[in-house]
Amino acid sequence: MRKVHIVGVGMVRIDRYYDKGYMQLIRDAAVSAFNDVKSYEPEAIVVGNMLSSTLYNQDSLAALALDAIGFRGLGGLKVEAACGSGGHAVIVGYSLVASGLYDQVMVVGVEKMSDYPTSTITSALAQAANAEYEYIYGVSFPALNALIMRLYMLKYEARREDMALWPVRMHEYGSRNPYAQLRNRITIEDVINSPIVSDPIRLMDSAPIGDGAAVIILSSEDVARKLSDTPVEIAGVGLGSDGLDLSSREELLNPISIKRAAEKAFRMSKLTPSDIDVAEIHDAFTITALLSIEGLGFADLGESWKLVKDGRFAVGDKPSVNLSGGLKARGHPVGATGVYQIAEIAMQLRGDFPGVKLDKAEKGLAMNTGGVGTLTSVVILKR
Amino acid sequence: MKISPARVWREKGSRYRLEGSKCKKCNRVFYPPKPSCPYCSHSETEKIDLPKRGRVISWTVEYVVPEGYREYAPIIIGLIELEDGTKVLAPIVDVDVDKVYEGMHVEAVLRKIFEDGNEGIIIYGIKFSPTI
Ligand SMILES: [Zn+2]
Repeated sequence: MRKVHIVGVGMVRIDRYYDKGYMQLIRDAAVSAFNDVKSYEPEAIVVGNMLSSTLYNQDSLAALALDAIGFRGLGGLKVEAACGSGGHAVIVGYSLVASGLYDQVMVVGVEKMSDYPTSTITSALAQAANAEYEYIYGVSFPALNALIMRLYMLKYEARREDMALWPVRMHEYGSRNPYAQLRNRITIEDVINSPIVSDPIRLMDSAPIGDGAAVIILSSEDVARKLSDTPVEIAGVGLGSDGLDLSSREELLNPISIKRAAEKAFRMSKLTPSDIDVAEIHDAFTITALLSIEGLGFADLGESWKLVKDGRFAVGDKPSVNLSGGLKARGHPVGATGVYQIAEIAMQLRGDFPGVKLDKAEKGLAMNTGGVGTLTSVVILKR
Repeated sequence: MKISPARVWREKGSRYRLEGSKCKKCNRVFYPPKPSCPYCSHSETEKIDLPKRGRVISWTVEYVVPEGYREYAPIIIGLIELEDGTKVLAPIVDVDVDKVYEGMHVEAVLRKIFEDGNEGIIIYGIKFSPTI
């Protein structure tokens, strides 16, 4: 396989864009990515998206995206892995370049969620779960995560206040990220007194609903320097899965999809968790953040909440985690999120991330998952 | 939700009678049933009747519900461990939202789970009720 580099990134601030549809969001993110490279000539497109079929009756999303950026004629496809679609799309784009099929591939993550009431979005997101044995009972996606959060709190004796530290930290970082949807600071009291969504998950344990688009331009090594002075190498990628339904999982607090994806990506990059300077992980809910930290090998099972309480994984620590504000504050336009994360890590390694950043980061990791840790991608980048 | 008679009918064993599947090689039991074993990769499983009693190992009280479930809200969703150790996810009924606890003994009951509008199909299925 050939080496693949990220040569350009672009994104729009995550927000509720009542005046913009898919095409305008994609075009805006693409223009910001095109401004990030010296030249470009994409040969194919991969689109990460979850909800276009469900909410807009729109399939064939790659054709829509190609018209949005003015490249009608190129080949392309949409990649779906629920909330993990974006990270999976980047790995598909990576494969198209690594295999030698194309030299330049554009990966787009896009999602629109703000046009509909919360109940419609709740239904659409619940499609990440098992339709016949979970969705059919009216089980929402927050409810599934709430079952896991309660198990975690019971087993590891974490208190409600302990579980509120993560969102507080995420809002602090989000307040300094110009691309973040939520830029207000919050307190532990704000979290534990926010409205109950699905007990014990409250509103401020959860990522917000928003629209967004992010773009990454990938290239083979031989053309990378022509396109960028600061290419970032994709050093390792990995995928993993767990049971679609929670009830058939043998160990509910053992995130095997994250572990599997991480093992593959670490082996490929010849790195270990202790080599990683900066990471963006999937914190759709506080419990997801904890299981992600544990699954990636940054903490032992059941230990991450204590380490967060001790101040670990904050800016300056190794790894520094979710300096963007994470899904919680940067936002979570579901199928686009994985592309945002990888773009943010590329910017951290280049040193030009416009929010909270590290002085000198050389190795970074982005982890994105769909469902309750059901389909996971891990991408490791190095400068 | 798009409901058709065939979609409901083909799940009847597991949804009405709590049938699971048992791997013919490693003997692991799953609910909902699987045609192959997710853990040992064996492609032969058999139907098995699961015990109708168990205890609550986790639960949530869902206030923000998907479209079409407003009339059932708040919904208590339970993760139940049956007497043989098999886990089932299903609503818990006949109990106040603040009276559910870890280890609570429950038993399977057949209840309405969804009505497809005024003239559509009514789906029934397993829920769990406190054991008296
Ligand atoms: Zn087996």
